[in-house]
Amino acid sequence: MEVTDIHPLVILFAAITTDNILLARFLGMCPFLAVSKQVKSSIGLGTAVVFVLTCTSVLNWIVYNSILVPYNLEYLQYIVFIIVIAAFVQIVEMAIERISMSLYMALGIFLPLITVNCAILGGSLFMISRKYTLLQTAGFGFGSGLGWMLAIVAMAGIREKMKKAKVVPQLEGPGIALIIAGIMALAFIGFSGVMKIN
Amino acid sequence: MSPPPASGMSVLKRMLWEENPVFVQILGICSALAVTNLVKNTMVMGVGLIFTTALSSFTVSALRSYTPRRVRMMVQILVIAAYVIMVKIFLDAFMPDISKQLGAYVGLIITNCIVMGRAEGFAASNTPGKSFIDGLGAGIGYTMVLLIIACVREPLGLGTFFGFRIEAIEEWTRWNVMVIAPGGFFMLAIFIWVARYVNEEIDRRARAGNNCDHHEPKKK
Repeated sequence: MEVTDIHPLVILFAAITTDNILLARFLGMCPFLAVSKQVKSSIGLGTAVVFVLTCTSVLNWIVYNSILVPYNLEYLQYIVFIIVIAAFVQIVEMAIERISMSLYMALGIFLPLITVNCAILGGSLFMISRKYTLLQTAGFGFGSGLGWMLAIVAMAGIREKMKKAKVVPQLEGPGIALIIAGIMALAFIGFSGVMKIN
Repeated sequence: MSPPPASGMSVLKRMLWEENPVFVQILGICSALAVTNLVKNTMVMGVGLIFTTALSSFTVSALRSYTPRRVRMMVQILVIAAYVIMVKIFLDAFMPDISKQLGAYVGLIITNCIVMGRAEGFAASNTPGKSFIDGLGAGIGYTMVLLIIACVREPLGLGTFFGFRIEAIEEWTRWNVMVIAPGGFFMLAIFIWVARYVNEEIDRRARAGNNCDHHEPKKK
């Protein structure tokens, strides 16, 4: 089956489960370990990631296919993608600040972090290397964002409960978080075989 | 972060162990996990990263007095992206197979927090020469950890090393879990555990050595 035949909805669900951008592809690990201590802040960051990831992968798809490909400039994709992402994040930050102060207070602090979140750039790079169509890209971007959010919120929930548990001192913090992430990744592997997208 | 030490050698040593980017600062582990199921890919990725961190630190530092503060981050990202493109083109030209396997992860060196972290945390306020060594140290420290993890994951998971079959463990049941994602998480966690334990043990020995000479420090 050709990649272009896969239904965008299938890609969306696969990106959440079998091909989870965090647990199967390891993207966005740094904020995942740093911000996953409280459910509330991880929901904030997760929402921001869903939004930015969806919009930037669609934007980058358009830029790549309508500007870079016709002029044979594919090798510039890294620079162009990162500029698009940084500019988009900046504009969204300014827009949110104007429109809704409360939303800005909730999401604002997470937005600058997002430019260097590898999940965002990774989403754009994966959709190029897998040759998705525009609709598929939208599904993939949205699904990846949701998958990332699901993982970080679940992780934060576990870590909130873990506070009372005793852990080997050397494993405290990132060490135990990685082990939990590993077990979560094992659970997500249970989905594999349900659908395949690449 | 501790104040930057004076000589080039101590800058290098600090980045290799005391402030190792992976297991002390927990930075840049996305690619640490993704590529370490094959030693060969890890090696290529590591060399690419050393090249990028060293040269981008050098460039950022050389440009630091001409860069306006407000666009500092943007300039750093562009410098890094330029070097990553060089790495990508080099890989495409000379090692097309590996380039294909690494795929998007080469591009993700751009957002690897180590590169950005060194550019922002050290190169933005130090001389080009020292920044170069600092970037080199960070890159080597990172690659070292990746290689250690890869050297465990590949033999256990695939029964090969550097792509060659190992005769001695021909009968070995492959641990598939080591090749896939969870193996990466577990190995890195174990590595952090051991590294921290060793660090604490060194500290305790040093302290015990100063206080009372002949007593071995008690283990926990």
